[in-house]
Amino acid sequence: MSVEITEPSGTPSVERPAPLIEPPRARTGKTPKATRTNFELHGWLFMRLSGILLVVLVIGHLLIQLVLDGGVQKISFAFVAGRWASPFWMTWDLLMLWLAMLHGANGLRTIINDYAERDNTRFWLKMLLYTATVFTVLLGTLVIFTFDPNIR
Amino acid sequence: MPAGTLYRGREGMWSWVAHRVTGVLIFFFLFVHVLDTALVRVSPEAYDETIAVYKTPLVALMEYGLVAAVLFHALNGLRVVAVDFWSKGAKYQKQMLYTVMGIWIVLMAGAFWPVLSHAFHEVFGS
Repeated sequence: MSVEITEPSGTPSVERPAPLIEPPRARTGKTPKATRTNFELHGWLFMRLSGILLVVLVIGHLLIQLVLDGGVQKISFAFVAGRWASPFWMTWDLLMLWLAMLHGANGLRTIINDYAERDNTRFWLKMLLYTATVFTVLLGTLVIFTFDPNIR
Repeated sequence: MPAGTLYRGREGMWSWVAHRVTGVLIFFFLFVHVLDTALVRVSPEAYDETIAVYKTPLVALMEYGLVAAVLFHALNGLRVVAVDFWSKGAKYQKQMLYTVMGIWIVLMAGAFWPVLSHAFHEVFGS
C-alpha cells in the first residue's frame, strides 16, 4: 500500500524537541508519479509465487511429455487430443501457459531494463516483448479452448 | 582473477548469471513451443509433421539441453526463494547452491536415457 505523507516536517514541540526528518524513501507529494505504486514489489513477489507453482507444473509436464511412456516419440495429434479431452489437463496447460509467459516476460523486462541503456532502445525492446507476450498468451489460450479433435 | 573486473564473482554471482541465461533460453523456447502446439488448430498432419522434427537426434539433444536449463532454473529459483524468505537463507546460499548442483546432476543422469535413448539407437544403430 502506498503511504502518502502530507504533513510538512514538524516544528519542534515538547513531545518532539527535534525537527522531524522525513524518512528517505517516504512517498510525498513530490514523489514522481511513476514510482508511486508498488508495481515492482508485486512483480518481485509474483516471480517467487509463480516460480514455485511453475516448478510443479513444468517438471510434471516434462516428466509426462519427455520421460514417461516413450518420451517425445509418443507425441502426436492423437496424444494431444487424448490429453485435452480432460478438463484437468486443459487447466494444467492453461495455468502453465499464463504463469510461464508472465514469469518469462517479467524476467525479460528486468533484463532489458538492466542492459539496454538508451531510452529509445529500452522502450522499443519492451514494446516488442509485450507484443510477443500478448500474442503468445492469447494464441495459446485460444488453441486450448477451441481445440477440435475432429478437425477434418 | 584480476581485482575489480568482476562483481564479486564466485557462487552468488555465477548462479545469478546462469539463472538469467537459462531463463532467456527457456522463454524463447516457450514462444516457439506455443507456436508449434498451435498447429493442432491447422491440421493433424501439420502438427505431426512439425513434431517429427522434435523426434530427430539433433533436436533430442537440444531437448536434453532444455531439460538441463529448466531443472537448473527451477532448483536455483527455489534457492532464490529460500534466500529471500528464509531467515538463514543468505547465510547458507553457497551450501544451497551446491545442493542445487547435486540434485541437478542426479536428475540429469536420470533424464539421460529416457530423453536420449531413441536418438542413441538411431545414431548408433540397433
